[in-house]
Amino acid sequence: MKIRQVLRSSIAAAAVALAWPAAQAQISDGVIKIGVLSDMSSLYTDISGRGSELAARMAVEDFGAARKGMKVEIVSADHQNKPDVGSQIANQWYDVDKVDAIVDLPTSSVALAVNEITRKKGKALLVSGAATSDLTGKACSPNTIHWTYDTWMLANGTGNAIVKTGGDSWFFLTADYAFGHALERDTEAVVQKNGGKVLGKVRHPLNTQDFSSFLLQAQASKAKIVGLANAGGDTTNAIKQAAEFGIVRRGQNLAGLLVFISDVHSLGLQTAQGLIFTETFYWDMNDQTRAFAKRFAPANRGIQPTMVHAGVYSAVLHYLKAIESSKTDDGSKVIAEMKRLPTDDPLFGKGSIRADGRKIHPAYLVEVKKPAESKGPWDYHKIRATIPAEEAFRPMDQGGCPMVK
Amino acid sequence: MEIFGIPIQALFGQLLIGLINGSFYALLSLGLAVIFGLLNIINFTHGAQYMLGAFCSYLLLNKLGVGYWWSLLIAPIIVGASGMLIERLMLARLYKLDHLYGLLLTFGLALIIQGLFRNEFGSSGLPYRVPAELTGGQNLGFMFLPNYRGWVVVTSLVVCLVTWYVIERTKLGAYLRAATENPQLVQAFGINVPRMITLTYGFGVALAAFAGVMAAPIYQVNPLMGADLIIVVFAVVVIGGMGSIMGAIVTGFGLGIIEGLTKVFYPEASNTVIFIIMAIVLLVKPAGLFGTQK
Repeated sequence: MKIRQVLRSSIAAAAVALAWPAAQAQISDGVIKIGVLSDMSSLYTDISGRGSELAARMAVEDFGAARKGMKVEIVSADHQNKPDVGSQIANQWYDVDKVDAIVDLPTSSVALAVNEITRKKGKALLVSGAATSDLTGKACSPNTIHWTYDTWMLANGTGNAIVKTGGDSWFFLTADYAFGHALERDTEAVVQKNGGKVLGKVRHPLNTQDFSSFLLQAQASKAKIVGLANAGGDTTNAIKQAAEFGIVRRGQNLAGLLVFISDVHSLGLQTAQGLIFTETFYWDMNDQTRAFAKRFAPANRGIQPTMVHAGVYSAVLHYLKAIESSKTDDGSKVIAEMKRLPTDDPLFGKGSIRADGRKIHPAYLVEVKKPAESKGPWDYHKIRATIPAEEAFRPMDQGGCPMVK
Repeated sequence: MEIFGIPIQALFGQLLIGLINGSFYALLSLGLAVIFGLLNIINFTHGAQYMLGAFCSYLLLNKLGVGYWWSLLIAPIIVGASGMLIERLMLARLYKLDHLYGLLLTFGLALIIQGLFRNEFGSSGLPYRVPAELTGGQNLGFMFLPNYRGWVVVTSLVVCLVTWYVIERTKLGAYLRAATENPQLVQAFGINVPRMITLTYGFGVALAAFAGVMAAPIYQVNPLMGADLIIVVFAVVVIGGMGSIMGAIVTGFGLGIIEGLTKVFYPEASNTVIFIIMAIVLLVKPAGLFGTQK
């Protein structure tokens, strides 16, 4: 009995030992190293941060890397939303620490900087947190995949829905950096295409506490819609203070162009109710997303996964699949393989990745529930419309990506 | 009528808003100035203590059901007491050393406190409602003024002026000022100087917490809410003149207004304008607008 057991395990060990060199021949140092580069300390922490690291670890576990004999290591760092800090970490990771791929990257300005570094060094970049549609437009790269959402998709989803229901004059409150500018530009295009007008805009510094001055300007413009082209703490502060200044009561409406479930939680339903926005993932959508959330939330201070977390999970899963099938961790080759393979995971379902690096899946127009409609904590969103994958993102020929010309 | 292309009515609104934001600068810089003036400590924990005030009122409401009005009293007492503990256990050991040591200690404390709260509560902030008595607002013709904002301006003006009066015009204030000039002599008159200093620090910290409670209903209650503010407030104190009580109050309100106007004419610069003014003031009048060269 015992002998048979020993024999069996040694055969298994030998099989792994034999299989290992063959499968790992192309894996640098025999280890696949994934770096989660995120905001670990400031306003985007709850949207991405440690939750993204957790999502990456869950993906490695669910992929069964250990069972398949693949050695995968996850490291993480805080880019502090500063392009210089992010670039320095990326260089250090690629050159010294032998990191093969970087994931997440909230804050568009940092993502654009790391995008260039990754291209130069031929590594792999899987963006979930950043929003700028330039990543698959003029800055597109054979080494980058933009996974979860982008500014064009947000503008298209929310902007279209609002203009079509009569919100045809806009005033923008825009975060003054790459992301805000891109979101404002993409939304403005949608508004104008549908026959609406933009009456004014104001650019506020990132991480602004007091929006009353800007809200007053928005009020004076008499625009029907105040579009919030910002994110995180900036959005929640603006929404909270808009309620205080009676913006909505006096006939104007707010359009949160990028709102995450953690923002809704932080505002409370009383303040956030009725807000309409677009997202690509909601934890309470089906059995699979609920199962994921049930594992995720307890390990993430009770916070349910945002679409950025879901995107990190889905991206890492697909990245490992591509390495398994292509038997290499060379950045350019893996990204090419990722584009070739169809995507399929429990959170986003079936999808694909386009030549310009855009991951394609449906988007959802959601409305925040009234306090009476919510059955409990985190029961916040109702899905008003589903935008099919083919229509949710910018058509490839309109982005100006040099790779697809 | 228009001034520089901005309708005069809109300008009034912006001035008023600047005044409201100035109230927070004034309250916070007042606390900093009191502490610096009497203890010679640059209290970089001030922003964290402002945040503690806001969290204290959040926790009082959500764990104990204590509402806004009681928080306004209880939160400053709790946070002030914690400040006195810090003064007794740590700061008291540094008075004989260079300013830099106090600055490093308080800055380090701020980072630790903020880090702990971020770990516990995350970064997106927590909701806190405007008290029922102060919801709604007044239509002033040129703008809609939420009642709560009006309350903020009036309260902080009163608190600032009372503090100024106590320190500059009463016997207690005279003791305090004398103790800074010559602690040995004041002690010889039978006054317990170390205890007075502890209480002063506690009071300065309580002012920060008070501002935090005032801020909770309008800004998100957020572990990092004081981190950026402290830099601005520090600039306000430097412009007003380190240690000058009136200087802190006047520049607090004044800079709030200037920042408000920047938000209309060139919003991109609204978070740098105060530092530009600081640089100019330091060049022209290194002791600050209201400071005296020692």
